[in-house]
Amino acid sequence: MRRWLAPLAIVVALLGAWELAARLDVLANGLHIEPFLVPAPSEIAKSLWSDRTLLADNGWVTLKEVLGGFALSVVAGVTFAVALHLSPTLRRAFYPLLVASQTVPIVVIAPILVVWLGFGIGPKLVIIALICFFPITVNTLDGLGSVDLDLVKMFRTLDASRWQTLRRVEAPTALPYFFSGAKIAVAVAVIGAVFGEWAGSSSGLGHLIQEASAQLETARTFAAVTVLSALAILLFALLSVIERRIAWWGPREPRA
Amino acid sequence: MTSTPEAPVAEPQPIHRVPGRAVGGGDAPGGATSPAAVELQGVAHAFGELRVIERLELVVEPGEVLGVVGPSGCGKSTLLELVSGLREPSAGAIAVGESGSSAGRLARCAYMPQRDLLLPWLTAIDNAALAPRNRGASRAEARRTAHPLFERFGLAGFERARPSELSGGMRQRVAFLRTLLAGKPVLLLDEPFASLDALTRAEMQEWLAEALAAESRTTILVTHDVEEALYLSDRVTVLSERPARAVAELRAPSPRALPRLATVTAPSFTSARERALADLTRGRR
Repeated sequence: MRRWLAPLAIVVALLGAWELAARLDVLANGLHIEPFLVPAPSEIAKSLWSDRTLLADNGWVTLKEVLGGFALSVVAGVTFAVALHLSPTLRRAFYPLLVASQTVPIVVIAPILVVWLGFGIGPKLVIIALICFFPITVNTLDGLGSVDLDLVKMFRTLDASRWQTLRRVEAPTALPYFFSGAKIAVAVAVIGAVFGEWAGSSSGLGHLIQEASAQLETARTFAAVTVLSALAILLFALLSVIERRIAWWGPREPRA
Repeated sequence: MTSTPEAPVAEPQPIHRVPGRAVGGGDAPGGATSPAAVELQGVAHAFGELRVIERLELVVEPGEVLGVVGPSGCGKSTLLELVSGLREPSAGAIAVGESGSSAGRLARCAYMPQRDLLLPWLTAIDNAALAPRNRGASRAEARRTAHPLFERFGLAGFERARPSELSGGMRQRVAFLRTLLAGKPVLLLDEPFASLDALTRAEMQEWLAEALAAESRTTILVTHDVEEALYLSDRVTVLSERPARAVAELRAPSPRALPRLATVTAPSFTSARERALADLTRGRR
């Protein structure tokens, strides 16, 4: 409990300061805007409650997109990492492309994907998968490469096939690395969902944010952002719990 | 059953003492002697420009324990990798049993590396039973195979322990059982106790002496510790500095006799140790 005290105190202090600044119109006057454009935390909380069905419905849409896109990137990322690990030729050929994939500005290709794939869940899945793919692949690949070479040698003397070495030594070694990548991926996945929804959609938290801010419903905008962050934090925490259960041995200690 | 570590037998189990066969000598008369278990002829190995082993001739008889000592970095580990079939020598021939190919050697040699290399995510018994698992046994079958050895080698009750919960000595025991359970006729031990403190090391040498008495195998034991080699082996080959070649060969005065302390302090043992140390120094050039 003690270790939660400090972060909790910071959050409470910040929210208190914000509440005060909003109530006294300090922010609005400073920015020369109408006071209703700067919602106090209490107003955001009110919106969280009064808009709960709206937020839940749209949150559910976004959650489905995030889970779908993330699952897609896990399958693709792990497959890709294993393939690149097993074949140095493939690795040399594809690694630069892998890095290049991360430099593509998602905001730019999101509208193109909507043109290609329509307004449904398709383009969102692709955008999220594209964002998640890089951290998952790179971390898993690093994990597979971090295997102790003496261990691989020893496995050859224990009658192991290439496949058995991969399954019994390399995969478990890489598992904690995979989780590091997956945690980064799931946290940025919600951003991908918002980009996807902005490029064209009729539901989801990103859509709700866009609509509410266009209507100057700033309290609702902040409420949607709050739900979005909560979603990302929840997914991150869930992955951490799974990691502790199935990859408790952690990354390999460096050789002495 | 033979012995338990709690109650060491006073009388060492004589293990398959084979009359020494001279290097390069003809076949022993009588026809009772089987061909050498391991034979190296004119073996040389180099990593690029670096010559590690030079003109090495070694013969190990079936059931014999051959100790190999040499200064650090003289290519002892490379020697074991060559014998085990993990590497092909740059020149010369290595035969294990009937087989000279690296695949054939891999099938006949069990290799225990310097570090225990236990997998942290597996229990002690699953670590020990890796070779049966790799050969297609189910997890339950593999555990059933390993279980009696845990009883026999002082690890009873530690089957389900994680490697991180075991002491250094215990981890080496599990690593040795893993090597035994590979079920190969030849054991290659690479400085098995180098990472242990002096006391645990003496204890483990006694333990290995008993283990080798119970499970007689053709063994090559590589170490930089002359006393360890002389105590555990039937015969000791002294290697020179890199590039390694054999500079001397000694017959161990009383291989694996228990108790260890009395054995290694006996006059015949200490004089053999002095001789080996002198040979080692000579090999330094």
